[in-house]
This record gives sequence, structure tokens and C-alpha cells, in this order.
Amino acid sequence: MDALLLARIQFAFTIGFHFLFPAMTLGTALIILISETLHLVKKDDIYRKITDFLARLLGLIFVVGAATGIVMEFSFGTNWSEYSRAVGDIFGPILAAEGIIAFFLESVFIGVLIFGRKKVSPGVYWVAALLVFVGGHLSAFWIIVANSWMQTPAGYEISAAGKVILTDFSAAVFNPSTVNRFLHTVLATWITSAVMVCGIAGYYVRKGLHGETARTMLKIGIILFAITPLLQLGAAHSHAIQVINTQPVKAAAMEGLFNTTRGADIYVMGYVDEAKEKTYGIYIPKGLSFLYNFDFNSEIKGLNDVPKENWPPVNLVFQSYHIMVGLGMIFIVLGLLGAWLLWTGKLYTAKWYLFWLPFLIPLPHLAHETGWITAEVGRQPWIIYGLMKTANAASVVVSAGEIVFSLVMFSLIYLLLFVMFVLLFVKIVKQGPAAS
Amino acid sequence: MENIHNFQILWFILIFVLLLGYALLDGFDLGVAALLPFLGIKKEEKDTLIASIGPVWDGNEVWLITGGGALFAAFPHAYATAFSGFYLAMMLVLFALIFRAVSMEFRANDPVRASLWEKALAGGSALAALLFGVALGNVIYGVPLTGKMEYGGSFFTLLRPVPLLFGITGLAAILLQGASWAVMKTEGELQERSFKATRILMWINAIVAVLYFAVLIVTFPRLSGNILFYVAVVFTFAGLIGLLFSLGKKNDAALFWESSFSFIGLFLAAGAAQFPNLITASNGPNLSLTIYNSSTGLYTLQIMAVIALIGMPIVIGYTIFVYRLFKGKAKADDHY
Repeated sequence: MDALLLARIQFAFTIGFHFLFPAMTLGTALIILISETLHLVKKDDIYRKITDFLARLLGLIFVVGAATGIVMEFSFGTNWSEYSRAVGDIFGPILAAEGIIAFFLESVFIGVLIFGRKKVSPGVYWVAALLVFVGGHLSAFWIIVANSWMQTPAGYEISAAGKVILTDFSAAVFNPSTVNRFLHTVLATWITSAVMVCGIAGYYVRKGLHGETARTMLKIGIILFAITPLLQLGAAHSHAIQVINTQPVKAAAMEGLFNTTRGADIYVMGYVDEAKEKTYGIYIPKGLSFLYNFDFNSEIKGLNDVPKENWPPVNLVFQSYHIMVGLGMIFIVLGLLGAWLLWTGKLYTAKWYLFWLPFLIPLPHLAHETGWITAEVGRQPWIIYGLMKTANAASVVVSAGEIVFSLVMFSLIYLLLFVMFVLLFVKIVKQGPAAS
Repeated sequence: MENIHNFQILWFILIFVLLLGYALLDGFDLGVAALLPFLGIKKEEKDTLIASIGPVWDGNEVWLITGGGALFAAFPHAYATAFSGFYLAMMLVLFALIFRAVSMEFRANDPVRASLWEKALAGGSALAALLFGVALGNVIYGVPLTGKMEYGGSFFTLLRPVPLLFGITGLAAILLQGASWAVMKTEGELQERSFKATRILMWINAIVAVLYFAVLIVTFPRLSGNILFYVAVVFTFAGLIGLLFSLGKKNDAALFWESSFSFIGLFLAAGAAQFPNLITASNGPNLSLTIYNSSTGLYTLQIMAVIALIGMPIVIGYTIFVYRLFKGKAKADDHY
């Protein structure tokens, strides 16, 4: 295998693994903030137990996220040095801003959240919970800015030497996809943690463990699980329209649309035959055009508008996109079902529903991973859409053999981290809020 | 172009400050962790040592992340050349940092394998501490560079005697940071042991520092005309002499500051030797990556200066606030 492909595999693997953890961090920080606010207002010890329990989980989640996150920051230099040279003017400041404005805040106050309960007043503890929430979300904002700039670059010029020169920082930060992608990503993380908390609390309630604490936790979880997928439906819709407008090739790959069409179909599921340039499956006629601007005959650009060498792997993008969307729909149904059970007072006794909740925990992860595959593979062959090819971005001095070594090591170490994370996560859950 | 030079110099100073902040702060928690097998004999002693760094190490590591980001933002060529050129060494740094990060949390939740995680914590911390110095030693002492700003050596080029001396100097300084932090945060037998370790490490640092400064002045004769170099020497030895006195008086609060003072001297000398280079070329001075040929544009440097000069004082402010929350002696049962 050549060094470029190995570098891409390594990046995909390390970023895909890393994202599992921030995806849990943000939503968990939200639920901790909710619970700690209720604790402060209602002065009820149940909320303190929920906060302390979730803070223990957050400690475990955050540390694996931080440990695997530093790999990402190094990786632009180690594996993508030509990219770093070309875009240092824009990409560098965004990463530096993430450190100064966001990650310091989150990392300094997470120490208070995990170790500070006995040392600080309830007010200071609440502020720490707030700042971990704010710091985490600001951190996500800057990372999404960096990635969005690769999708829809703005605020730059190309110098005579072919370097990207920053000309307008706020245009680069608020490039055409930043806000959509930030909302879409943050909601995905909230869904992830809502489902996680529902799964844990649902297990407790079904087993009759931790009484009122478990029921309260389940209630918070179910309310979030009902609301967040619905909000996501709106955010995702707005993001999809933006992709059609700003990255038409990616949008065409997502729906397997080869020819520019008035009245384009939308697939529920299907298969793209890239060689024959045909898409098969169950579809809603003219659905894509309708969703684009509520006009059944609006025009959607097809893949054939650009040379084939500039297509992403179409079927992979199509499949990952449809898995993500399908899961999103399932979350809406299950979340609303839970809310209905809560509303009618049947939630705590609906064993059939509670039984399935823990099994849902991995599904939001599958959804956000396939969402990222759609976003990142859909951008190929570009590393910066329309500006720089991935093939020109890799480090020139790093050999295939060196990457094989690092890839094998990352695989082994991350496997160990994953196994330990799952074991210890389950252990903390089994100890439960009573141990806090 | 006068204006951009000012910002290039400013960014050299800011990155120097970020790396120094990293060395002093993450230095003590890497040091405590690396000394864990020597200082902590009973389980509760190990718990106490880890509790003394548990709430703060996360924030300390962000100095490195921000330093890396700032290097990327201000001098992308230096970031790209060093990180890709020192590929295997950088991977070892990453593996070491991963293990030191997760092993504290894993140890707390997985008592059955506690001794395994303690070894991973101590080993990861010591390896990271050593490699940082070796990396800095290489960019200062010089590595072969190509005309296209790419690294021209191999992994073994990095392991020459002078960069290794830098590595040992850094490791010794970090261990001293750790031992003196442990003295400040512990009591009883554990503190006695930390006093002893601080004394031994003070002498090791004194010997290593003499070698370090001697090698610097021989390698970079121009330093003899640089006032900063003499200031640096004074800082380091004033810190070490202060340590000697404070050890005699068993002053548990002063040692950490004296150790930090001595570390600042080591850093200052390195900065004075390096300026205005970022990566010195060993095969011809015109191939070196300097702050002038490796930087981003003026606008980026200005925007970043605004963010850093407003943001970092705020960061330092709340970092001090959180350190004050956790001041005083650490207790074995501080975790949760």
C-alpha cells in the first residue's frame, strides 16, 4: 500500500475513534448542568447523586477523549505536513483559538467537577458545571469551524506561491457551512448522551435499582430524547439544503444522482452502481426536489456536472448517509414513544420499552460516525473543497513503513483503550449513583 | 516589512512562553507520575501523590496543545517540518502521553490491575519528559534540512549526544519539579521521602546544568555576547542554591518555586541560543527555518496576537483560581 492511502486510513481510524468520546462529553456536560441546576434550585439530594454519578462517567469519557484528541492535533503536522504548510494561515489560528478560548476552560474546570464536590460551595460547583459545558461546546465550535472551512472555504486569497492567505478572519470562521454543521453536530452529541442516560436509567428502573434517583434520571433522559431528535430534524434539513447549495457534488453522491434533474427522487434505501451510473432502491418520486425548496420540479445538480476524477466514492457516501438518516428517524419515533409513556404515567412500568433502552446506546454513535463518513468521504477527492486535493496534502518525508508502524500501534493501543473503557463504564454503571 | 518582523518576534516570544508554561506545569505532574514508583510505597501514598496532580493535569496538558496550535498558526513550516520529520519520535510522544493520561483514570476504577496502570503512568510520563527535551535539543543543535524545508535525517539522527543531553537535562528538571511539588503537597513519611528525592535531584540538576550551559556556550560562541544567557545561568543556579538552603530549613513551600526558577533559566538559555531560528539546519545556516521564512501572513499573526494577548491572561486567571481551590496538602481519598 502507498503512504498516502495508509495516511488516510490512519486519519480515518484515529479521528473516528476519537469522536466517540467528545460525542458523549458534550451531551453529558449538558445533562450534568441540568441536574446541577435542579440541585441548586430544588435543594434535592437526588440531583446531587445524578450529577456525581454522571461526573464519574464524564471523567472516564473525557480522559479518553483528551488522550486521543492530542493525536489529532499532532496529525496535521506528522501526516499532513503539506496541507499544514499550505493552510497554516487559516487552519493554524483556528486550532490555536480552540486551545486558548475553549479547551483550557473545559480542561481546567473539569478538574473541579470531578474532584471538587467536597472542596467548593454549591454555587462554585455549579459554575464549574456551566464552564465545562460552555468550554466543551466552544471547543466543538472551533473544531467544526476548522472542518467547515475545509468543506466551504471562505475569507482567503491564493498567493502567487500557491499559499492560502487569510484575508477576512470572521468570514473564514463563519464560512457558509459553519453554523449549520455546528448545530447538527452538537445536537448529535446531545442525542448520544440522552440515549446513553436513558439506557443506563432504564436498566436501573427495570431492575428496580436506585429508586427515585433512577426514575428522575430516566425522566431527564427521556425528555431530552424526545426533544433533541426533533430539533435535529430541523437542523439536518437546513444542513442538507446548504450542502446542495455549496457542495453539489457531495449532495449528488448522498442521493446517488448522476444527471442534473428537475424533480429529483429521494431514496429511502438503495444501492448505487457506480460503474453503470445507476441507483436502485425504494424512492419517493421527486422527493429530493420537494425537500430542497418545496417545489417538486426544482433542479438538483448531478455528479455528471463535474469530471469523474472529482467524484467521491459514491456508494459509500450514499450508504453512510442513508444509515444516518434512517437512525435519525428511528430516534424520533422512539423518543416520542418514551415521551408518550412518560406523559401517560406508564414509563416506569413499561418493561418492554425499558428493556430495549440499553441496546440503543451504540446507535447514536453509529449515526454520527456514518454522518462524519458522509461529510468527509463526500468531500473527496478534495482535502479543501475545490481548492486542494487530498493527494497533495500528505507529508512527503514520512514513509509507508513508518505509517504501518504507527497504524499498528494505534490499532493495538486504541483496542486496549476501547476494551478498558467499556469494562470500566459498565463497572461505574453497576456501582450506580448510590456509590457516589 | 518592519511591521511583520515585530509580530514574528512577538510570536517567537509567545510560543516560548506557552512551552515554558507547559514545562513548568505539566512538568510537575509528569515528574510526580514518573517518580511514583520511588516515592509511593504504600497504596495510600500512591493515592495521595496522584490526588495531588489529579485535578490539574488536564489543564496543564492544554499548554502543550495550545503551544502546538500556536506553532501551527504562526510558523506552519516549522510545525510541518518538525512533526513530519521527527515522525517516529512524535508517535512515541503521543503513545507516552496517551498512557499517562488514561492510566490515572483506569487505575482509580480498576484496582485489580492498579500496578500495571502505575507502571504505564510512570513510564509514559518519564518517556514523554525525556522526548520533549530531545526534540528541543534537535531543533536547537540542528538537523539536516533540504532546500524545500523538509527534514533530511533519520530517526537515529535525533539520538546524537547533544540532543540527548538536552533530553536528560529536561528529564532531570521535570523530575525535580515533581519531587518539589510532592514535598509541598504531602506530609509525614511520604514528604520525608520527597525531601530526599528533591535533594538527590537537586545535585543531579546541578551537574547536568553545568554540562548543559557548557555545551551551549561551546556550540554557540555568539552566546558569550548575549546578556540573556548570563541571566539564564544566574536564574538556574540561584534556583538550585535556593533549593539547597530551603532543603536545609525543611521549607516545604519554597522548593517548588526554586525548582521552577531553575527550570526557567534552562529554558531562557535555550531560547537565547535559538532566536531567531525555529529549526536550525546542521548542513548550512541558509537552510535553517527561522521566524522570518516560516511564518504566516501579517494579518494572521495580528489576529492571533489579539486572541492570545486577551485570552491567555484570562486563562492564567482562572487557572490560578482553580489551583487555589485545591491548595493545601493532598489526601489519599480526594478522588470522588
